[in-house]
Amino acid sequence: MEGESIYEVDSEDGVGADIISTVEFNHTGELLATGDKGGRVVIFQREPESKNEPYNQGEYNVYSTFQSHEPEFDYLKSLEIEEKINKIKWLPQQNAAHSLLSTNDKTIKLWKVTERDKRPEGYNLKDEEGKLKDLSTVTSLQVPVLKPMDLMVEVTPRRIFANGHTYHVNSISVNSDCETYMSADDLRINLWHLAITDRSFNIVDIKPANMEDLTEVITASEFHPHHCNLFVYSSSKGSLRLCDMRASALCDKHSKLFEEPEDPSNRSFFSEIISSVSDVKFSHSGRYMLTRDYLTVKVWDLNMETKPIETYQVHDYLRSKLCSLYENDCIFDKFECAWNGSDSVIMTGAYNNFFRMFDRNTKRDVTLEASRESSKPRAILKPRRVCVGGKRRKDDISVDSLDFTKKILHTAWHPTENIIAIAATNNLYIFQDKVNSEMH
Amino acid sequence: MGEEEGLHQTQLLDTMFVRGLKRKCFDGEEDIEGTLAGFKAIPSYNLQRQSLLDMSLVKLQLCHMLVEPNLCRSVLIANTVRQIQEEMTQDGTWQMINTQSAGQTSLDRLVSTDILCRSSKEQAEGKLVPVYSTFTKDCEGTQSQDNSEIMSTVTSPQAPRNLQSNMWEMENPQENRGNFQKSLDQIFETLENKSPNTVEDLFSEVDNSYYDLDTVLTGMMSNTKMGHCDVLETFPSQTTANSNSNCKSDLNELDHIVEILVES
Repeated sequence: MEGESIYEVDSEDGVGADIISTVEFNHTGELLATGDKGGRVVIFQREPESKNEPYNQGEYNVYSTFQSHEPEFDYLKSLEIEEKINKIKWLPQQNAAHSLLSTNDKTIKLWKVTERDKRPEGYNLKDEEGKLKDLSTVTSLQVPVLKPMDLMVEVTPRRIFANGHTYHVNSISVNSDCETYMSADDLRINLWHLAITDRSFNIVDIKPANMEDLTEVITASEFHPHHCNLFVYSSSKGSLRLCDMRASALCDKHSKLFEEPEDPSNRSFFSEIISSVSDVKFSHSGRYMLTRDYLTVKVWDLNMETKPIETYQVHDYLRSKLCSLYENDCIFDKFECAWNGSDSVIMTGAYNNFFRMFDRNTKRDVTLEASRESSKPRAILKPRRVCVGGKRRKDDISVDSLDFTKKILHTAWHPTENIIAIAATNNLYIFQDKVNSEMH
Repeated sequence: MGEEEGLHQTQLLDTMFVRGLKRKCFDGEEDIEGTLAGFKAIPSYNLQRQSLLDMSLVKLQLCHMLVEPNLCRSVLIANTVRQIQEEMTQDGTWQMINTQSAGQTSLDRLVSTDILCRSSKEQAEGKLVPVYSTFTKDCEGTQSQDNSEIMSTVTSPQAPRNLQSNMWEMENPQENRGNFQKSLDQIFETLENKSPNTVEDLFSEVDNSYYDLDTVLTGMMSNTKMGHCDVLETFPSQTTANSNSNCKSDLNELDHIVEILVES
């Protein structure tokens, strides 16, 4: 992987407002959207490849920036509602405009992104500044002509889907039918029609009658990429539920329950916490699901509910540090995971600005670091290693010197090419694989 | 995690010594002594478990009250607390901890919880894992110190309020209500019905005889508008051991403070 570009999300407010909270490529990979803690969305666009400079393969540059959500105050509960963007999902492009959904804890918004690169000139009734002409000066008629102008990107809010959620929204997912989408909070999942904002259908509700009995919450959810009736949601107990919307209006009964039985010899007080699934993603093929829990990523076959078909250790050296990680709350960090375009490689983030990639075919894995030092343009990324005792090679990092404040929670993979976007706190790194590099 | 090479002889002995303490068969006297002696080296499983329980309860209450707390995190912590309490009840260690706590010094409360991180399989095999002291390096180093002191002043000798009242009625007679340590039920109710006076709510049902009121009120006094976390973090360092000497001088201050609180 080659270091390609680093973007720092600028902040006017100071520290904290610009921590990147979500990263998402659109369906062609031409656009990349990031959301941050300050409620802003920055869209990057890939420059078209130039025949003259074949090595200057499309770089991503800022295309548009807009304020998606503002902080709000819930007067009923006397609590602030954060403007942090939890998720962004692009809609499949249906015309010249691009559309995306962005959500904070409570409200989902549909934004339309349009370009304007021409403007009409030569009006009869008004002059170039728009002022009405004195009619006595008009002696002949002319037809207004479209003249090119500097590209202007306009982003407008088209729909605001509010008041659908009592709890915090953790995921949104656009259906393959391109008409509906779902939003999931800790206890409920709602189905919306993209054109209707004043109502939604509740399709999953796991809130117990008595809140004292609450022991499990929804952590992530996603629609199947091809079957518009199927969706999956994950829980804090490490289970996945595949639901079929044709079966009933309220999908409280799962069609399939994916759960790996606990290894009794590995049981500790932290077993449940580390089994909590922080992210679930269908493969592009629709045949598999990828889940991330605190220490591993797992690949599940939709046809087998009893256990995952593959399990990869992300940072097993943390297993003996769980108590400390519980104390400093790191054990609750929610890492995302991603498939590459061909579903052959999976990627997820870790601590110390490390991220990991696993090749499902060769069973090789690599640890890379997203940092300014190692990411000068065109620099090749060097594989990193964490040593856990025993022989220590040069450049190895020991477990105790890992920086747990530098966590890579959000990563995205281009839908077709080997381009990845890594969010490291308030920096966005984009890496490209120019040549097929081998993994160690 | 495999064995770490270069483990010192003393550490080896410590680990072996600790391993010898049974956690299933609790024999009473013997084990108290064993435990007390044991934590000079590496704290026993029971102490670590108690420490984890205390930590969890503090976490449940130290939620950021300005923004609605993360429900997933709260649920996971609550489940951990339930697990510990269930195990402690089965062990019969519940009562034991009550009588034990009175004599212990405060700072040892938050002890190295290395053993807890080991799976039961590892413990059975007696794998040697390097002693890992409470993580203070990168993340909020000072807070862990404060936490241990908080627990000394705030964690009362009696048990946290029981979750399953039918099981624990014997150990928790009505008058031993740990008001500061709310039941998980109340916490979830609180999450649902957020009131602006959360800090005041938690302290309002204070039962004076069970912890150092001075510290609590002094902490509250010195902060005007603060989040929950901040209030507890600024507690002056005090241990229960020397509270006696502070008592008399603070009595007048205490009256003064109570007066102010009542007026507000």
